[in-house]
Amino acid sequence: MKSSLRLILITVALFLFWHFLVKFAELPKFILPSPLLVMQTFISSFSLILKHAVVTGTEILLGLLAGTVLGSFTAICLAISPVARTIVRPMMVLSQALPVFALAPILTLWLGYGLWPKILMALLIIYFPVTSAFFDGLMNTPKGMLDLSRVMNGTPWRIMFNLRIPAAVPGLASGLRLAAVYAPIGAIIGEWVGASEGLGYLMLLANGRAKIDLMFAALLVLVFMTLILHWSIDRLGNSLTARMSP
Amino acid sequence: MQSLLFEGSAWINETQIFPKISFTMQAGSWTCMLGPSGVGKTTILRLIAGLPSEIVLDGSIVLKGGGRPCGQISLMSQTDNLLPWLSATENVVLGNRLRGEKPNYDKANELIGKVGLTDHRKKKPYALSGGQRQRVALARTLMEERPIVLLDEPFSALDARVRAEMQELAAQHLEGKTILLVTHDPAEAARLGESILVLSMNGIKDVCPPAGGIIRAYDEQTVLACQGQLLRLLREEI
Repeated sequence: MKSSLRLILITVALFLFWHFLVKFAELPKFILPSPLLVMQTFISSFSLILKHAVVTGTEILLGLLAGTVLGSFTAICLAISPVARTIVRPMMVLSQALPVFALAPILTLWLGYGLWPKILMALLIIYFPVTSAFFDGLMNTPKGMLDLSRVMNGTPWRIMFNLRIPAAVPGLASGLRLAAVYAPIGAIIGEWVGASEGLGYLMLLANGRAKIDLMFAALLVLVFMTLILHWSIDRLGNSLTARMSP
Repeated sequence: MQSLLFEGSAWINETQIFPKISFTMQAGSWTCMLGPSGVGKTTILRLIAGLPSEIVLDGSIVLKGGGRPCGQISLMSQTDNLLPWLSATENVVLGNRLRGEKPNYDKANELIGKVGLTDHRKKKPYALSGGQRQRVALARTLMEERPIVLLDEPFSALDARVRAEMQELAAQHLEGKTILLVTHDPAEAARLGESILVLSMNGIKDVCPPAGGIIRAYDEQTVLACQGQLLRLLREEI
């Protein structure tokens, strides 16, 4: 309660600062519109913004889901197989040297202007943090527990599912927290490169037509969506971590 | 039931951990191994358990009737190693799960009853005391029904009262098994050892255990005398 009150106060203070900055610096509305104007635009263009927000939200969620599944799968394979580690890990590090942003035009070229290149961008941008955090968790199972499970003649896959994966949940959770803030970046970059819908597309369109108020309204909605996503995943991660290591 | 013979020296690369030693864990009895920290007690235990390590044994670990001890061993150590997300009962049936067998809950609950935790069987480890957690670990060890049991200072983190209780409980329920207890505590060795070994940099020394079967009373003259002798030996060896 206390922290949410503080959050509200900080938000209000920021909006006041914005408001008075615009007022006293006499900034034209095509450079920086006042928060009141942005609010008016948000209300008057609500259905338009909502339509595009749904598209971007879908891209983010699907990208997050696909990236989590693929990243977790990779981490488990790497953890169970030393051969996979020697082959795949250098490739993964190498792939990180490649800026994902640079791939966006190519993905659009290959996959067209629909949802897929954006989902793929979100996936690509979260794949490494998820894999890396989960993999580290899987490789740090308490040694005593591993010894015990070996003496019990547990099979590698059963040890993986009964011991190593549950023990690595806190690692996965920290990877997902990062993913929650990265995934929207991927989706927006994808939309900037080529799209006919989505908040990124709407922002570019508004910018081109000097409707900076609309652009800001879309931006604030994006920020809000990202915060909600991060908050939900943080909650989920905390409760899972608490279950696994109380 | 078979005796286990250990013979050899241990190495990490070119560095010797301990010189060539040999000892026998007599079938169905308690062998206690004492020694200063870092002398290789836990190493011996890991070698017998067949756990992966950088340490190489130049020698052999065999059962008297032939064959290797692999698959006949259960292990209990100082940390209880209970999985924090599972209840006491689920922790006891862990071996079943890891081997892909159907968990035998009836037997698990019976064993939990034997170690006196029936009322606590649904609790998770964080809700149990240190002593209770080691009881669950003991039940888990018994659940495995392995003839050889390796104990790596299982009671050393417990307070004196609980430690004495756990020693008695272990002696009672592990009866008939071939046991190697690694410990720092001369009193524990004097209470439980049917054969007592003192490991040092120079090799291994066999010490005559006090007369009488286990578990011995801690205040018996012969037990106290043995405890004193062991402590003296440990101090000389360093």
